[in-house]
Amino acid sequence: MFTEDALSAPPVTIPVDILRFNTCGSVDDGKSTLIGRLLYDSKSLMEDQLEALERSADITGGGQINLANLTDGLRAEREQGITIDVAYRYFATPRRKFIIADTPGHVQYTRNMVTGASLSNLSIVLVDARLGVIEQSRRHTALAALLRIPHLVVAINKMDLVGWSEARFHEIRAQFEEFLPRLAIKDVKFIPLSALNGDNVVEPSVHTPWYVGPTLLGHLESVHIASDWNLSGFRFPVQWVNRPHNPKDAALHDFRGFSGQIAGGIVRASQKVVALPAGITTTVKQIWTYDGPVPEAFCPQSVTLVLEHDIDISRGSMLIGLDDNLPGASSDLQAEICWMHPRPLQKGKKYYLKHTAQTVQVVVAEITHRLNLSTFDAEPEPAELAVNDLGQVRLRAAKPLVFDGYATNRLTGSFILIEPGTNATVAAGMLHPPREVVKPENGDYVI
Amino acid sequence: MPSYHLDHLQHLETEAIHIMREVAGEFERPALLFSGGKDSICLLRLAEKAFRPSDLPTPLLNVDTGHHFPELNEFRDRRAKQLGAKLIVRTVEDAIAKGIAQPAPGEISRNQLQIPVLLAAIEEFRFDCCIGGARRDEEKARAKERFFSFRDSFGQWDPKNQRPEIWNLYNGRLNPGENMRVFPLSNWTEMDVWEYIKREKLEVPSIYFSHRRSAVRRAGQWLPVNDLIPPRPNEEVRELTVRVRTIGDIISTGLVESPAEDVDDIIAEIAAARVTERGSRADDKASEAAMEDRKKAGYF
Ligand SMILES: Nc1nc2c(ncn2[C@@H]2O[C@H](COP(=O)(O)OP(=O)(O)O)[C@@H](O)[C@H]2O)c(=O)[nH]1
Ligand SMILES: [Mg+2]
Repeated sequence: MFTEDALSAPPVTIPVDILRFNTCGSVDDGKSTLIGRLLYDSKSLMEDQLEALERSADITGGGQINLANLTDGLRAEREQGITIDVAYRYFATPRRKFIIADTPGHVQYTRNMVTGASLSNLSIVLVDARLGVIEQSRRHTALAALLRIPHLVVAINKMDLVGWSEARFHEIRAQFEEFLPRLAIKDVKFIPLSALNGDNVVEPSVHTPWYVGPTLLGHLESVHIASDWNLSGFRFPVQWVNRPHNPKDAALHDFRGFSGQIAGGIVRASQKVVALPAGITTTVKQIWTYDGPVPEAFCPQSVTLVLEHDIDISRGSMLIGLDDNLPGASSDLQAEICWMHPRPLQKGKKYYLKHTAQTVQVVVAEITHRLNLSTFDAEPEPAELAVNDLGQVRLRAAKPLVFDGYATNRLTGSFILIEPGTNATVAAGMLHPPREVVKPENGDYVI
Repeated sequence: MPSYHLDHLQHLETEAIHIMREVAGEFERPALLFSGGKDSICLLRLAEKAFRPSDLPTPLLNVDTGHHFPELNEFRDRRAKQLGAKLIVRTVEDAIAKGIAQPAPGEISRNQLQIPVLLAAIEEFRFDCCIGGARRDEEKARAKERFFSFRDSFGQWDPKNQRPEIWNLYNGRLNPGENMRVFPLSNWTEMDVWEYIKREKLEVPSIYFSHRRSAVRRAGQWLPVNDLIPPRPNEEVRELTVRVRTIGDIISTGLVESPAEDVDDIIAEIAAARVTERGSRADDKASEAAMEDRKKAGYF
């Protein structure tokens, strides 16, 4: 099973970064096959996985291996030949580690796509070369743009079924380029491929001499992933108050720390911070970690902050830095949302909103507009947002949130809506930048 | 000039710590499932990183099938003590005696019986959340799992109706009787786990390292010779140098022939491996959907 020379293999070098990506497209465009092909051709599959694949081919596939079975992990998925829920896959090449989310394209596509893509560095939108751009291609591209996924790959698949036509490739590319300028996507790459046969997936294709770009894997390995994390403007949502209450250890008896994950910027020991919403300025006495105190920490590290003053801070409070990048604090919220539930969003309805580490009640004050995905026009004041709709809303919260615009900070600019009673997660929201920022120079902020 | 860059293990670590703290913040009575296996060893270190200098806010819970490797239980008890954590063990043996679990006629494996025991423990202690060490790369059905995996009042997982999980915003809201399973290691691979064990200098049970053991050849695998299913006359028995790659019950855990003596050896071995770790678990091989079926019924 293991060869002797496994032990004389060179020491493993730890790949430096992780690329998270997701595949989207409509049913049968070849998403699952493409992921199977990536794993298969990059030799990321193990013998027992291949055996299982061959076994299921004998039973269901008339002897043909079905690469989609690699991600279609549920029985119903294999039986129906569709993907039901987001599946995650992991593989590594000598250059990078990859986390893939296979996001299915049928009824619940918005829910699935948002789940699979919210933290992606890159989205692959698949297009069936025979069909060209369809409604789903536009939706998925719009969602990728809304989520501000930095890189997009348009994978024009099933090129084998259109005779590897260069003209067809350019036709589809032109269809995309018609609407791309209306969306906030900076980097788009078009790749002609056949997931079924593996052309331009890992190995360059002999059928596309007219295509000079990289293979899909080549692109995934080399695309520059600028830091996803915002390093300007310190944001620290408090998740948990760390109080050992230790009666025996004098040093721990009075320990009171605030544990959380830095959601933006950098924090240094002995710097000033403001606790919001209390609005009190204090100093960082120590940045406590399990591995010892550190002089500074940055987003997205998880740390515990010990402060100079004993002030009222609990889960949901936010500590911020006193630099130029200040957040807003308001209970009047304007946001883009993706609606994911069969029961529509309507004006006047109440939901729970979870933002950073706190949950507050909100009421829908206004549905500003709905995005028409055929024209990309905003349709003002629709009666409701139905499942899979994208739109803009105004919410009024029971208490002010401390937030940033989503474009500035994904972690302090995003929220989910939860339906009371069923506890279903019904929407993903992206906040507009605050109209006013907090003013810490105000005397109130100093004790 | 500091680089403000996290490597992949540091990324996975901060993601997991964040999830642990969300559990502490959102649930009233969470428990941490600790078996003594490599994944739950990492979980414990992450819990220390999330909650120290305080005590861990969760007790440790283990379902003991009675078919565990003795080395595993010894390690489990010792580690819990070192951490000053409260360890709750509920046994299948006891559950059978109390009528909570009913073995199928002629069935020796205790695998299915873990489910009612876990659910009974959840009820007994009114746990609203169980943190587990499952990883998506282990198995196809697990690959569909969310970080916060909702279970209805029967403990069932409904893969077709999972809550969307977006950014790092986890919806932990429950109605009475419902339960959450939380998997902070979802994005970790087997290699990540061993690299983390190395980086954190974590102790693991001795059976992960190469040792001599009598093994019996059964269904294409080497299994430890044991009293529960003794070798039959026609079965091949050999004295081998082996280790375990993933730990299940003693009657179903495949042994791999390996000279790996320390964590570096194991890392090199996994880097060159051509089968997955679950390839050595007879319980998963039962059928294509073995894991899916167990999870739907309330498995970890
Ligand atoms: N001819 C051809 N068929 C393909 C290609 N990629 C996928 N298919 C087939 O298209 C069907 C749908 O593929 P699948 O991966 O399940 O699509 P998904 O619904 O997007 O995940 C399957 O029958 C595949 O074999 C391709 O490049 N060429
Ligand atoms: Mg699919």
